[in-house]
Amino acid sequence: MSDASWGGVTQPSPGHPEAPPAQWLPRAQLQGLLDALLTRGYRVLAPVVRDAALHFDELKSVAELPVGWRDEQGPGRYRLAHTDASHVFGVVHGPGGIKRHVFAPREPLLQIEMDGPGQGFRAQAVIPAPPRTALLGVRGCDLAGLAMQDRIFLHDRFPDPHYAARRAGLLLIAVGCTRAVATCFCASMGTGPAPSGHYDVALTEVEDGFIAHTGSDAGRDLLAALALARAGAAMLGREREAYASCAGSMQRSLPREALRDLLYENLSHPRFDAVAARCLSCANCTMVCPTCFCHDVRDEPSLDGASSLRVRDWDSCFNPEHAQVHGLNFRPHVRERYRQWLVHKLASWVDQFGASGCVGCGRCISWCPVGIDLTEEVAAIAAAPGARS
Amino acid sequence: MTAQKPKLAVFKFASCDGCQLQLLNLEDELLPLAERVEFAYFLEASSRASDGPWDVVLVEGSVTTPHDAERIRKIREQAKFLVTIGACATSGGIQALRNVADVESWKQQVYPHPEWIETLATSTPIAEYVHVDAEIQGCPVAGEQLLRVLSRLLLGATPDLPVASVCAECKRRETTCVLVARAIPCMGPVTRAGCGAICPALGRDCYGCFGPAADANPASLVRHFEASGLSRTDALRRLRHINGWRREFRTLADALETSRD
Repeated sequence: MSDASWGGVTQPSPGHPEAPPAQWLPRAQLQGLLDALLTRGYRVLAPVVRDAALHFDELKSVAELPVGWRDEQGPGRYRLAHTDASHVFGVVHGPGGIKRHVFAPREPLLQIEMDGPGQGFRAQAVIPAPPRTALLGVRGCDLAGLAMQDRIFLHDRFPDPHYAARRAGLLLIAVGCTRAVATCFCASMGTGPAPSGHYDVALTEVEDGFIAHTGSDAGRDLLAALALARAGAAMLGREREAYASCAGSMQRSLPREALRDLLYENLSHPRFDAVAARCLSCANCTMVCPTCFCHDVRDEPSLDGASSLRVRDWDSCFNPEHAQVHGLNFRPHVRERYRQWLVHKLASWVDQFGASGCVGCGRCISWCPVGIDLTEEVAAIAAAPGARS
Repeated sequence: MTAQKPKLAVFKFASCDGCQLQLLNLEDELLPLAERVEFAYFLEASSRASDGPWDVVLVEGSVTTPHDAERIRKIREQAKFLVTIGACATSGGIQALRNVADVESWKQQVYPHPEWIETLATSTPIAEYVHVDAEIQGCPVAGEQLLRVLSRLLLGATPDLPVASVCAECKRRETTCVLVARAIPCMGPVTRAGCGAICPALGRDCYGCFGPAADANPASLVRHFEASGLSRTDALRRLRHINGWRREFRTLADALETSRD
C-alpha cells in the first residue's frame, strides 16, 4: 500500500528528495505564523490542554499551546504531565483529534415544514457555514484519518454536502511526531510518524524551532509572508533521524499486509469469545477512531406536529440498535459487534475503500475503559490460526 | 371545533415525585403540550381529575404494597399506551434496597405501630405486574426524553430513546473520559444514555442513575474497578444503588456478594 492509497492529493513526505525546499521556522516566530493565519481571516484550531486531555480549541496566542506538556498513554490509560522542556507539540494526541471538525457529532440535515394538516411538506437542507478554519498541529495519523473520511463522504457518487461544507477551505498545518506513546503504531500502518498525504504545511519540531515543508500554494503563500531561511542539510539529517528514532521506539504494530486474509479465515476464532467477555460495548473505540464514520439519522418532530428536524448523530457498530433492522438484530451479541468492528476496520475496509480503516493512532487502545488492545487481539489470532469456538 | 384531544394521565406509586416534576419543569413546552393533549389526570398539576380511559398514561414509582399491585392493574385496564417513567417505575428504585434486607425488622425499627403497616417484602418495577409499552429510564427522567416520547406518540410513531451507554454522550460533547484520564470509577460505560453525561462533564463519575444500558457488561467493568483498587464494598455500592434491582446489576451484585471473602 502506497501513500496514494489514502485518497486525495499525495504530497511527498518531509525529507523526500522531491519535496520543495524546507524552511526554518524559529520557535520565536510561531506567533508570526499564527498571526499570518489570523490576518488571513482563519479561525485557528490547535491542540490545547483542557479537561485533563488534549483537545483542538480556538487559538489566539501561541502561549495557549501546551508548551512542556507530555502525554503518557497505555491500554485504558491517559495521563498528562508538565515538564520543564520547551517543546510546543510534546503531547502526541488527545481523544478526539480533528474528526469532529469535519464530521460533526451532531449535524442537522433537513428542516421539514408541513404545508398544513393533511397537506404536503417542504424540506430544506441545512448546510453548515463554518468560519474559514486552519487546523494547526495535525498528526500524521489524523491526516490519514481525514483522507479516509474524505474518501467516504466526498468521493462516492453522492458527496455529502454537510461534510463538504466543513471540509472546504480547511487549511492543514501538520506537525510530525518525534515522540511516540506506548499505544502508537502508525509506523506499521504507513501513516507516520512523519506526516504524509495532503497538508498545506508540515512542521517538524526540533530543539529550538521547526523545519517547515509546504504542500500546497496556500501553504507556500503562508510561509512566504514570514520570509524564512532555508533549512540546511544538517537540519534535514536531524529530522530524518528524529522520525526514524520515533518509528523505532514504537512498541506496537499490526501485520498490515497479512491482516485481511488472517481475519477472514478466523471469523469463528475463540478469541472473539474472550474479548466479548471484556468488551463493554460502550462505543468509546469507535468514537475516538479517526476513520469511524457510522451515524444515525433521526427525525425530531416538533410538539405541534407542524415541523421536524432531521438530525445525524455519531453512531457506533457497538450500539445494539446499529444492527436492528425491521425488528430483528443481526448482531445480537457483543461478540459479533467486536468482530464486525475489527474485521471491518482491518480487512473488509480494504475491499470497500482501498485502504485499511486503521491509521495506527492507538486511540482505541488508550480510550477503551478496560484497555482492550486490537494489536493484542490480532496477535492472539495470528498465534493460533484456524482455532474455532 | 376539531376532534377531541388525546387524554394524558400521570400516576404515582412509591416515588419522590421528581419525575412528574420533570414534566411540570418543561415550562416553555407546557402550554404547547396542553394545546395537544388534555391533562385528564395529573394530581401534581391540578386537583381536577377525570376518569379513564386514557390515551397515554405515564406511571412514576414502584410497587411496594398490595394496594399498589391492585391499583396498577386497574390503571392498565384504562390505559391505551402505558409508559413507565424513572428508576422507581422501571427498576424498583432506591427503595428496592429492601429486597435484599429484612423488611420485618426494618418495620419494627422505624414505626411505633408496625402492625398498622401493610407492605410487600419487595419494591419492584411496574413491568413485573402489568404490560408496559415503553420505559423512560433515569433518576429523574430527562424532560427532553419525556417530550421526545410524547411528541412521537402524538404523531402515531413509536418512541425512539437511546439504549446505548453514557460514553457516547461524553464523546459527542467532548468530555474527557474520567475513567481513562483520572482513574475515577465511572459507571458511564454500562449506564444508559439520556442525561447528556452531566456528571462526567463536572469531573465526577457517573453513578448509574439512568440504569443499565442495553447489553451492558457490568461484570467486566467491575473487574476493572477492582483490579484498579476499588474495594468489593465500594463496587457493590455502585451496583446496589438507584437501579440496583435491575437484573443486569442485581445478578452481578448477588454473585459478588456470594464470592466475597
